[in-house]
Amino acid sequence: MIRTETSGAADTKLDLSTVIAGVTFKNPIVMASGTFGFGREYAKFYDVNELGGISGKGLTLNPKAGNPGVRVYETPSGMLNSVGLENPGIHAFLKKEGAYWESLDTARIVNLGGNTFEDYVTGAELIQQDADRRAEHGTKAVDMIELNISCPNVKEGGIAFGIRTCDARELVRAVRGATSLPLSVKLSPNAEDIADMAAMCQEEGADAVSLINTISGMKIDVRRRRSVFNNLYAGLSGPAIKPVALRMVHQVAKRVSIPVIGMGGIASATDIVEFIMAGAAVVQVGTYNFMNMRAGRDLLTGLRQFMIEENISSLDEIRGII
Amino acid sequence: MGTVISNEQLADNVYHLRVGGDYSGEMGQFYMLRAWDNYPVLSRPLSIHQVGEDSIDFLYHVVGEGTELFAKLTPGDPIQLEGPFGSGFPKVEGRIALVGGGIGIAPLMYCARELPGCDVFLGYSREPFATEQFRPYADKLTVDVGGLILDSVDFKAYDHVFVCGPHPMLKAAQHKAAAAQSEGSRVNVYLSLENRMACGIGACLVCSVSCKDGQRKACADGPVFLAEEVVFHD
Ligand SMILES: Cc1cc2nc3c(=O)[nH]c(=O)nc-3n(C[C@H](O)[C@H](O)[C@H](O)COP(=O)(O)OP(=O)(O)OC[C@H]3O[C@@H](n4cnc5c(N)ncnc54)[C@H](O)[C@@H]3O)c2cc1C
Ligand SMILES: Cc1cc2nc3c(=O)[nH]c(=O)nc-3n(C[C@H](O)[C@H](O)[C@H](O)COP(=O)(O)O)c2cc1C
Ligand code: FES
Repeated sequence: MIRTETSGAADTKLDLSTVIAGVTFKNPIVMASGTFGFGREYAKFYDVNELGGISGKGLTLNPKAGNPGVRVYETPSGMLNSVGLENPGIHAFLKKEGAYWESLDTARIVNLGGNTFEDYVTGAELIQQDADRRAEHGTKAVDMIELNISCPNVKEGGIAFGIRTCDARELVRAVRGATSLPLSVKLSPNAEDIADMAAMCQEEGADAVSLINTISGMKIDVRRRRSVFNNLYAGLSGPAIKPVALRMVHQVAKRVSIPVIGMGGIASATDIVEFIMAGAAVVQVGTYNFMNMRAGRDLLTGLRQFMIEENISSLDEIRGII
Repeated sequence: MGTVISNEQLADNVYHLRVGGDYSGEMGQFYMLRAWDNYPVLSRPLSIHQVGEDSIDFLYHVVGEGTELFAKLTPGDPIQLEGPFGSGFPKVEGRIALVGGGIGIAPLMYCARELPGCDVFLGYSREPFATEQFRPYADKLTVDVGGLILDSVDFKAYDHVFVCGPHPMLKAAQHKAAAAQSEGSRVNVYLSLENRMACGIGACLVCSVSCKDGQRKACADGPVFLAEEVVFHD
C-alpha cells in the first residue's frame, strides 16, 4: 500500500478537479454504480466526501427483487455478477436516502435503470420533480443522472436498448427531454459499435457518456452440466476487463467532444492515470471496492503521489494525450 | 492488517488459524480475510471461531484457491482482515442446542462459550475435528460421523436451536423446525447461511437472501436468520 505524507504546500499545487456539465468533481475518483450501495456502508471505513463522486446502486421505477440463484462467481482477475438490478425503487430511494444524499459533499449521481421505455422516462421525471422540490428549499440531493442502458443482467430492457444505436436513440432523446439535470449515458461494451453509440448520445444532448458496464460472460458447472447462473450469462468486471475498457474509452474519447467517464477494472492509481491519458474526464471504481474497503482513499493518496513523482500539477496536462 | 500466530492442521483439509491483535465480535459474526494483494479478487468470509484477549481464531476448510492460500500461512505472515460483520446469533436463554455440520461447527465454539450448559451436536462426514474444544462448555456433547446429525436432535426439547452447516442441512433444519412448531413446540431455530459474498458489508447485493418479507442481505442482515423467515429456492 502506498502511503506518503504530502506536504500541504505540495498538495495545494495539485489540481485534481474536473467540471462536467457544471458539476464539479473535486478529484477524478467516482465510485461505480452497484458496488458502493448509496455510500453509507463505505462511509464507516473512510470519509466518502473525499471522493470525486458516487454513482448509486441502479434504480428502477418500481422496486426489483433481482435474480434468484447464484449471483457472484469469481474468475481469473475478475468476477461475474448476476444481481439483476435489485433495488428499492426510485420512490423509496428518494424518501430513505434523499436527506443523506443532501448531506454529502461529493458529486451525487443517480444511476437510472428500467425495463420499458416508459419506466425510464417516468423515472427521470420523478428524479427531476424531486430535484425541483428540493431546489425550492435551496437544497440538492442529485447532481447528475447516469442512464444505464447497459445492464446485461435483466431480461427485458437494460441491455436491449444498449446494443443497437437505433434502439437507444429514442430512449436517450426521451430521457433528455424529461430532465434538465446533467445526463450521462452509460454504455455497454456489448454494443455493436460503442463509438457510434457515444456519438449518438452526444447528438441527442447527453452531457457525458459513462463506459464500460460489465461484459457479458458465462461460467459452467461441469459436474452439474449447467451454467452456474439462472440467467445463463452474467456480467464480468474487475481487472480482467481493464484492457478492453481502456481501449473503448480511448476510441470513444477520440470520437466525441462530450466528457467520457471511464471505468472497468481500475485497481490502482496508475490504472486511473491510464484512463485519463486515454481521454477520460473522471473514472469510476467498482470491483476494486471489494478488494480494498478503503479503495477511494488509497487510490486518491496514490494518485497524488504519482502526480508529485511525475511533476504533474493538473490532470489536464495528461488528459487524452494518447 | 494482522499477523498469523499459528495455523494448525486439525484434519484432512481443516485448519485452525490464530491471528494476533485486538479484535472484537459477537457469536455468529464473521470477518472478511485476504492473505494476498489483488488476486484472488474477492476476500473470503470466515466466521469467528473464538475471540481472545489479543487474538482471534478461525476454523476453515480448504475448498479452493483462497483457502489453499490460507493453508500456506505460517507464523509471522501478514494477513488482512476486516470485521466483525453481520448480525450473529442472538443472546438467548433457556434450553439451547447448537448443531454443526462439518466446517459449520466453526462459529458454534464461540456460542458454546457464551452460552454454557447448552447441548452440542457435531456432525462430520468423515474425520471429526475440534470436538474436544467443546467438551468443557457443553452439557451434552453428541458427535456423529457419516450419518445425519439432525436425526439426533429433538427440536421439541429446546427453546432455541442454532444450526450451521451445508445447504441441505439448513433446509432439513427448516423442515424440522416447522414440524416441531406444528406439534405445538415454540422452538426458535436460527440458521447461519453461507451465501457467496463480495463486499461483505451490504453494498453490492450479491449475497441476497429470499425471505418471506422480501430480499435481505446475508452479510448485513444475517448471516443468521430465523429458519421460518428464509425461502429456499432449490
Ligand atoms: C458468513 C460466512 C461465514 C463463513 N465461515 C466459514 C468458516 O468459518 N470456515 C470455513 O471453512 N468456511 C466458511 N465460510 C465459507 C468460506 O467463505 C468459503 O469456503 C471460502 O470462501 C471458499 O473460498 P475458496 O477460495 O477456497 O474457494 P473457491 O471455490 O475457489 O472460491 C470461489 C468463490 O466462491 C466463494 N465461495 C465458495 N464457497 C463458498 C461458501 N461455501 N460460502 C461462501 N462463499 C463461498 C468464495 O468466497 C470465492 O469468492 C463462510 C462463508 C460465509 C458467507
Ligand atoms: C455487483 C455489481 C453490481 C453492479 N450494478 C450496476 C448497476 O446497478 N448499474 C450500473 O450501471 N452498473 C452496475 N455495475 C457495473 C459497474 O458499475 C461497472 O460499470 C463495472 O463493474 C466495471 O467496473 P469495475 O471493473 O471497476 O467493477 C455493477 C457491477 C457489479 C460488480
Ligand atoms: S456481500 Fe455485498 S451486499 Fe452482501
